[in-house]
Amino acid sequence: MTIWREHAPVAVVAVVGIVVLIGLPQVVELFTLVDVAVYCILAILALSLSFVWGFAGILSFGQSAFFGLGGYAYALAVINLGESTLPIIAGILVPMSFAAVLGYVMIYGRVSDVYFAVITLTVSLILYHLINSTSGPDYVFGRARLGGHNGIPGIPPINVPGDLQHQLDHVETFQISLAVLLLVYVGLHATLSSRFGRVLIAIRGNELRAELLGYDSRRYKLIAFVVGAGIAGLAGVLFASWGSFIGPSVFGIAFAAQIIIWVLVGGLGTLGGAVLGTMLIQSLVSWLGRNPAAATALGFGTIDTNLVLGLVLILFVLLIPQGLLPTMRRLVLERRQPSA
Amino acid sequence: MAINRRHALAATAATIAAGVFPRSGFGQANTIKIGTIVDTSGPLQPFGVQKLQCLQLAVEEINIAGGLLGRQLELVTYDGQSSDQSYAQFAQQIALRDRVAVVHAGLQSSSREVIRPILRRANTLYFYNTPYEGGVCDRNTFCTGTTPGQLLANLLPYMINKFGKRIYVLAADYNFGQLSERWTRKIAQENGAEVIASDFFPLDVNQFGPTIGKIQAAKPSFIINTFVGPGHAAFYGQWAGAGMKKEIPIASQTFGEAGEQLRMPPELSEGIFVCYNYFEEIDRPANVAFLERFRKKFGNNYGYVSDLGMSEYVGIQIWAEAVKKANSVDREAVIKAIESGVAFNGPGGMIVSDPRTHHFVFDMHLAEMKNRRFEILQSFERVQPTNPSGVCDLIANPTTNQQFEPKL
Amino acid sequence: MDYAAYFFIQVVYAIASLALISVGLAVIYGMMRVINFAHGEFLMLGGYAVILPVQAGFNLWISMLIIAPLSVGLFGIVVERLIIRPLYGRVIDTVLATWGLSLLLIGLTSATLGYYQEGSKPPLGSLAIGAYRESGYTFFVIGITFAVMTALYLGLKRTRFGLLARGTMQNPAMAAGLGVNTGRIYAATFGLGAALSGLAGAVLAPISGVVPVIGATYIAKAFITVISGGATALAGTMSAAVVLGTVNQAVTFMTTPVVGEVALLVAAIILLRLLPSGITGRLFRGSV
Repeated sequence: MTIWREHAPVAVVAVVGIVVLIGLPQVVELFTLVDVAVYCILAILALSLSFVWGFAGILSFGQSAFFGLGGYAYALAVINLGESTLPIIAGILVPMSFAAVLGYVMIYGRVSDVYFAVITLTVSLILYHLINSTSGPDYVFGRARLGGHNGIPGIPPINVPGDLQHQLDHVETFQISLAVLLLVYVGLHATLSSRFGRVLIAIRGNELRAELLGYDSRRYKLIAFVVGAGIAGLAGVLFASWGSFIGPSVFGIAFAAQIIIWVLVGGLGTLGGAVLGTMLIQSLVSWLGRNPAAATALGFGTIDTNLVLGLVLILFVLLIPQGLLPTMRRLVLERRQPSA
Repeated sequence: MAINRRHALAATAATIAAGVFPRSGFGQANTIKIGTIVDTSGPLQPFGVQKLQCLQLAVEEINIAGGLLGRQLELVTYDGQSSDQSYAQFAQQIALRDRVAVVHAGLQSSSREVIRPILRRANTLYFYNTPYEGGVCDRNTFCTGTTPGQLLANLLPYMINKFGKRIYVLAADYNFGQLSERWTRKIAQENGAEVIASDFFPLDVNQFGPTIGKIQAAKPSFIINTFVGPGHAAFYGQWAGAGMKKEIPIASQTFGEAGEQLRMPPELSEGIFVCYNYFEEIDRPANVAFLERFRKKFGNNYGYVSDLGMSEYVGIQIWAEAVKKANSVDREAVIKAIESGVAFNGPGGMIVSDPRTHHFVFDMHLAEMKNRRFEILQSFERVQPTNPSGVCDLIANPTTNQQFEPKL
Repeated sequence: MDYAAYFFIQVVYAIASLALISVGLAVIYGMMRVINFAHGEFLMLGGYAVILPVQAGFNLWISMLIIAPLSVGLFGIVVERLIIRPLYGRVIDTVLATWGLSLLLIGLTSATLGYYQEGSKPPLGSLAIGAYRESGYTFFVIGITFAVMTALYLGLKRTRFGLLARGTMQNPAMAAGLGVNTGRIYAATFGLGAALSGLAGAVLAPISGVVPVIGATYIAKAFITVISGGATALAGTMSAAVVLGTVNQAVTFMTTPVVGEVALLVAAIILLRLLPSGITGRLFRGSV
């Protein structure tokens, strides 16, 4: 009975997701699919942070860095190799290797939480500065130019393995993005329900107690950190394929912060919250870009996205600190249960 | 002021209404839609707003004169938000939903390279109206901005003749700055001069102390810079603060394009040399008339119109000329019309299309800043666009799709 | 020889400006354990608080040294009351709320003042250092930083407020038990940190100009300096600024500004790896 109650929501989500995957392309216009696809991809990135932070207790400012590494790895590999299967794997393995080294140094070095966050932020910034300055023609990887500030345009999208002619079109990009999102969501949920996941949550709750019970918290945290990096890298690969573009801004402090905002608005400690938060905030940002209301009239001074995001964030923290999903759940549950 | 506010409120209400209610894919029947993405928010705002205003003025002028082929023009506007991801999303939307006849979009070269393939794949005609590093060779794209071959090839020889052969390059660290630096070295070589040092600065660098020291140690004849963005503008203040104004002359590929000279003390900008295809200070009847119309529409608080904004104005006008010549908005017909030769007598001078490169021939003007106004020293007529190694020929090879770079 | 002197001055300047932009954040973090992510925007507001009055005709020095710190300090007290106080103890929520504030401030200034940056020439002319010219303002920045640090040290060590603040920081319950109004101390401390940030932003405005996003150029460096310095506000900031500023400027002189930035970041990581609680976790303990 408990198992069913615990997994029911996930099963529902999976079913709904499959329905959307098949049905949405029939119902909405093509460009909406393009938008939804990128929201799904960013939601995957948010899930990686939600996992690492909400469940493993590691506040990592570096998820965007792994996202960027995945995207760049894919880009450089696919421009050189042509076929996309190996580049996808590269896009996952490169960030994971990087995370393994960085994580080992920090986790086994017993660096505490705040400093962990600072170091991941610093590493992101280092990558940003490094890649930002690779504008010259000397910075090449095989046939691919690193491009510096301008990034790498014209990245070939993912193709069906073995079939170079069949690159993902808009509908397929959407479907693959949503499918991966669902798989990651279900996969993470399964992981968290497993023994590994339970220990992880116990470590986040009280690391000392978990250690005293005999679990090597460092190993669990490192594994979680590396897995999170792989998921973020996969999101990066999909992003590079979606837009045929990747640039150094993904390593910047603004993007790193955005992911944190998505997860927090949706609800830290829930997986669904990360997805919800991402979808809401990204739709808002896009809507603002589509309706530059004041610009045409006033000549300058538009409704800046920062203004809206900032207001949203402050209000959320002060009024809905748990985030949307847990609050919604609580409201629904309170209504269902008769007042005892 | 009252007019502006009323105008603003009405426009805001209308735009919000348009945003809330779903737009039908065809809009009002019988308008020709022009899609545009420029950065009206974020750090690129001063450039983006100017461009949008010039676009709006051009569209309005054509509409008042009766429209194009009997139909009114409608501008579909997106805010690039100084973000390449936004550009990608909105270009997709324009291509897939808005059924536009042409797109005039892009400021930074990175945004252009993101949307160019999207629009090419969607067979949507694309005009890139910003001075840039040159070399784009793509049948679906027309570039109405100046290229280094037009700017540097006239600015550098003047500086070399006047000040000497040792050149110090300060460049913004992205492809525009990088390629411009290559062009500078090439043109220097051709004129018997030498680039003694090149320093590259990411766009957010705003501390130039060490650089100023290095420049003093190197003792160049003059400096040429491709400084872009708010961080780099701080250079001029620090340079003047160190007392260097009288010591080493400065030439710039970008100074004045956001009207920044109006927002700093005159002594900071005094004596800077530039070369563009348009200045507000150009004394031609067409320019005087243009500026009057601009001020009437946008008020006196508009800042400064530079070649960045003028390129958008010209872009729309010359596309309109091509449409009239082709008697159609169909992409293929318009491309053929431009390739057969179109011209437009703009406020800055005559603009003629160059069929092989899909760029344009301009009159260039070399100027020096004197007391916040550009004093035009020399003009060069009919300057051909950059065609690195003469490689780009879209008439002979219409399937070309890349950006060529200078070989040193 | 002249070049060496020029180089030396630039290094001292780098240390000074790094310390100056960090000290406001350090006071708030060191005294209240609050990570104020809107710190960069306090700097930005300080910048506007000198530029706007000067445009309106006020004297530059009065705007910079009085109007800017006062106005940003008052603003800080308001922020503390509205946003920080409800979130005491909730570290993550404070980070997020202050991040939201940062975005909000950027958005407001973008919408009202825009990105039309005002350039200015730093005052105080220029000096000759041998064959090299250096701006006189550079020395002013160094001097101001020295003055601010000294004043802060004396203030915290010698005044009653400083004593109460340090006591409240070390043991709030005890302080409250002794009759100290901890709420007011916190507000005043946050206001002090904000005022320091405002002053820093104002001092640097004539050199760097001010745009709504200029906070972003400062926040990362300030944050890293403060964390590397450790929990003790003054000693930590100064020692971290010396290390990181020297590395930054020395590498910049040898190579490019970008490599200099990277060197600073790498130095910070090494520092944190060796001294995980920051410099003052190990050295200069017990100081202010």
